[in-house]
Amino acid sequence: MDADTQIGGHNARFPETRPSAISAAVSDDQARRGPGQEAMIAAYWKPVYRYIRIRWRCSNEDAKDLTQSFFTAAIEKSFFAGYDARKGTFRTFLRVCLDRFLSNGRKFASRQKRSSDFVVIDVAGAESPEDIFEREWTRSVFEDAVDELRANFQSRGRRVAFAVFERYDLAESPASYDELAREFGVTSTAVTNYLAAARRELRKLVLDRVRSVTSGDPEFRREARAILK
Amino acid sequence: MISDKVLARLKTAAELPDLRGTRYSVIEQIGRGGMGVVYLGEDAELGRRVAIKVLDDAREARVLAGLEHPGIVPVHDAGVLPDGRCYYAMKLVRGARLDAFLEKTAHLQDRLRIFQRICEPVAFAHARGVVHRDLKPSNIMVGEFGEVLVMDWGAPGVGTPDFMAPEQAAGEVDGRADVFALGKILEIAAGESIPKPLRSICRRATETDPAQRYQSPVELSADVAAYLDHMPVSAHRESVGERLVRFGSRNRTLLALVAAYLIMRLIVILWLGR
Repeated sequence: MDADTQIGGHNARFPETRPSAISAAVSDDQARRGPGQEAMIAAYWKPVYRYIRIRWRCSNEDAKDLTQSFFTAAIEKSFFAGYDARKGTFRTFLRVCLDRFLSNGRKFASRQKRSSDFVVIDVAGAESPEDIFEREWTRSVFEDAVDELRANFQSRGRRVAFAVFERYDLAESPASYDELAREFGVTSTAVTNYLAAARRELRKLVLDRVRSVTSGDPEFRREARAILK
Repeated sequence: MISDKVLARLKTAAELPDLRGTRYSVIEQIGRGGMGVVYLGEDAELGRRVAIKVLDDAREARVLAGLEHPGIVPVHDAGVLPDGRCYYAMKLVRGARLDAFLEKTAHLQDRLRIFQRICEPVAFAHARGVVHRDLKPSNIMVGEFGEVLVMDWGAPGVGTPDFMAPEQAAGEVDGRADVFALGKILEIAAGESIPKPLRSICRRATETDPAQRYQSPVELSADVAAYLDHMPVSAHRESVGERLVRFGSRNRTLLALVAAYLIMRLIVILWLGR
C-alpha cells in the first residue's frame, strides 16, 4: 500500500463518553446523535479506508473519496439506526453496510467504468472480507492506542520508558533486554519494568477504545477477545 | 502503519500478565479459551512449572478452590494483576486433550472407562452445587497414567454449540445441562460403529427435555458401567436375541465349560455305544 490516510486516528478525538458512542449514534435525540456519529466515524475511518483499498483494490485518493462518501451516506440515510446489537457486532454490521454500499452505489459503479483501479477482485480462497476488516480495525485501534501511549509517556516525562517499548515491542527486529539496557544505560530490571508499564497502559488504551464503540458488556467482551486474540 | 508482524507482537504484549511482585513468571502462552488465556509459568519459590490462567474475574478461581477432587485441576494460588485482571496458578497438567486421546485409543472399553472417570468430578461438583456449563473434549485432559482432569470451571453460562443443552440458550441451567454435554462426549467416545445399547444411552443423555434425561452424571455413568459389565442398560429395551448375545458375552467361561462337558458326554456316549 502506498500513501496512507491521516484522517481519523489519533488526530480525531476518540470518544470518551460511556457507556458507548454507539448508543448515542443511534439515539433519537439529535443532540446526542451528532457527536455519537462523529465518534463512530473517527473510530472506523481508517479500517473502512484500508478495507476499501485492500478488498476493493482502490488507490489512496479514491479510497479516501469512497470512505467519505460512505460515511456521508451513513449519516444521511441513518445507516447506524439499523444496527441491532442482538444480531451481531457493530463492526460486522458496518462492514456489511459498506460492502452493500460499494456494490450497489451508483457513484462507485460509474467510477469503475473510468478507472482501472476499481476492478473488483475475487477474494475467494483468500482472506474473507470479515477477516480483512477485523484485521484493519485491530491495526487501527492499536495504532491509535500507541499514539496516545506515546503522548501520555512524553507528557509524564517518561521518554526513556517509551523508547524502550518502541525498540522492543514496536521494532521489526527487537533488541534483547540486555542490549536495550546497555543502549539506554539502565538495568535489565528497569527494561522489564518499562515494558510492563507500557504494555499495561497500552492494554488499557486499547480496551478503552473497544469499549467506547461497543453497545454493552457482551459485545465489548466479544470484541475485546477478537482484538487481543 | 504498523506491520502485521508488529501488530501480532503488540497483541501478545497487551495480553501478557504483569506478574512482577509475585513468585511467578511467564514462559509462554499455551492455551486460550473463551474465559481466559493460559500461560506456562515458573514458580520461583518452589522451582516448578505451573499453568497460570489469566481472566477477567475471579469467579473461576473461587469455584475451583472449593472443589478438591482428583479429577479437578488443583489451584495453588490466585491474585489480582495491576490492570485489574485476575490470575490463578494451577497444576500443570501433562497429557493429551480428550479429543487427541480418543483418536489414539482404539478399544471401546478403554474409551468408556475414561468417560466414566469424566463423570466422577462432574458428579462431585454437582453435589457441591457447581454446574460446569461448558463440558467438551477440549476442556478435559487425560494424563500419562489415564487420570482425567476436567478444566475450565466457572463459565458464565455460555456453552459451546455442539455440546450445549437446548435449555442453556435460554439461561435455564442445572446439572442436567452437564449430562447433555456428557452425552455428546459419550457419542464421540463411542465412535462411529456405536453398539445399540450405547446409542440408547447417548440418546437418553441428550434428550431435548431435561426431565427425560439421566438426572445426574452418576445415573449416566451407572448405565455405561452396566453396558461394560454386559448387564441390562436402563435406557435400552433389548430384544430376545440381544439378551441372548449379552448373556453369552457375560457368561463366556460358564458356556465354555458347559460346552466342554456336553462334548465330553457325547464322546463317552458314542464310545460306549460302539
